Amino acid sequence: MTNLIEIKGVTHAYRTKAGPLPVLDNLNVSVPEGEFCAVVGPSGCGKSTLTRLVAGLMKPDQGEVWLHGERVTSPRKTVGMAFQNPVLLEWRTILDNVILPLEIVAPRMPQRDREARAMHLLEMVGLKGFEGKRPSELSGGMRQRASLCRSIVHKPDVLIMDEPFGALDAFTREDLWQTMRDLRAAEPFTCVLITHDLRESVFLGDQVIVLSGRPARTQHVLRVDLPADRTIDSLYTPEAAEMLHLLRDQIRIAQGRDGEVH
Amino acid sequence: METLQKIAVPTLAILAFLGVWEFIVWVNGWPNYKMASPSDLPPAFARYSHLFLEMGWQTLWRTVAGLGLAVLFGTLLGMAMGFSRIARDALYPLLVGFNAIPKATLVPVIALIFIGQHDFNTVLMAFLISFFPIAVSVGIGLSTLEPEYRDILRSLGASRVTIFRKIALPKTLPEFFGALKVSVTLAFIGTNLVEIVSPHGRGLGALFKSGETNGDYPLMFAVLIALAVLGIVLYYAVVALERIFAGWAERPQS
Repeated sequence: MTNLIEIKGVTHAYRTKAGPLPVLDNLNVSVPEGEFCAVVGPSGCGKSTLTRLVAGLMKPDQGEVWLHGERVTSPRKTVGMAFQNPVLLEWRTILDNVILPLEIVAPRMPQRDREARAMHLLEMVGLKGFEGKRPSELSGGMRQRASLCRSIVHKPDVLIMDEPFGALDAFTREDLWQTMRDLRAAEPFTCVLITHDLRESVFLGDQVIVLSGRPARTQHVLRVDLPADRTIDSLYTPEAAEMLHLLRDQIRIAQGRDGEVH
Repeated sequence: METLQKIAVPTLAILAFLGVWEFIVWVNGWPNYKMASPSDLPPAFARYSHLFLEMGWQTLWRTVAGLGLAVLFGTLLGMAMGFSRIARDALYPLLVGFNAIPKATLVPVIALIFIGQHDFNTVLMAFLISFFPIAVSVGIGLSTLEPEYRDILRSLGASRVTIFRKIALPKTLPEFFGALKVSVTLAFIGTNLVEIVSPHGRGLGALFKSGETNGDYPLMFAVLIALAVLGIVLYYAVVALERIFAGWAERPQS
């Protein structure tokens, strides 16, 4: 099987006043086409650096990042990004916000087609009727939905998400997991999701990668063998509970608290 | 009803102000060579109406020209400071120092360098006094742009120019207009400063000066009122522009 994303032996350090701060240490990640890869790890372990590397916004000190059999050295149009902060542009309507990537990636696409494409996505995430609103008129969950639409409007090969649901309340978050699942069923894409939420990683992921504490190495890879049409209830099955428990233990090891009484 | 209130409330406030003024002058029995009262003003305006129109126009166009230069130069300077750390470190102390100099002290300097160029000197002063807030606010607006905003477009391979046009520029507009509201008043002060201080000046400032020379207090006060009216007009012109170009930044009031 060919891997859409291939991260080979990536090592990276930030230059700080106190000397180099290593964040990634010989990291290896493979994500086959169409797969959903969730990445978990202790805070500050270099997860966000990973997203910037895959997006081509940064170059690693050592090692290689490959997308679609091509080495990534600069940003490419086939990537979509979503962050914890929905970063919608307040001077644009929701519809125009979703269209934004198309203006860059497909400058010759007729405006009517762009709007149709954006409307289709907005409808899928339940934002029909809100396309003319300003971002500040929407709730946090709705804004994040709009942000999701924007990140896949140009049909990217890879969707990179950096804790997109981190700032939402627990129930809204679960709603968005289901939205995400439905979007993936409707338009397949390969996804890298950075998260702190183990339940989220199991619900959405085909594989969950646990990174060690800084500098991050691949500490554990878990295959999630749940059916594709998961529901929130799937998280309350014995299989899911076992996976969550295993992940929790791995995180504890990553935090370096293996011997602690808990 | 709401529009009526919007017009009626400020109008009543102005009338109340004029009433109190008239009352104070009347109670103290001040003659009009000591303190003019509002009722002295209409005759003064009527008597010198052609001068007011001519001088008012002089003051207006020179202020707007100076402000225009300030917008151009201030925006460019702000962009340099917003995008480049080195430019920011280099320019900031210079700008702050320059801004701290009382601009009245520059009038004789400018007058000596550009002798007799009254229009030029006035525009120059309006510009010098008003570009600072624009440069600072544009600089801060650009340098505090959250990296995620840039990353959204950068990750698609957008050029720096595109990112500036689609994100940085519109995002900075509210700060820009906030600064412009300060600058428009400053430019107005700069214009009048030169008009009053420099000999053989023109504009409302010069008219004020001639009122002072002739002991014509009603004329002096009439000029002050005319200046206030011009100031209001300029300020609200900026507000109107802000509504058009950055109206989205105004939160709907509930």
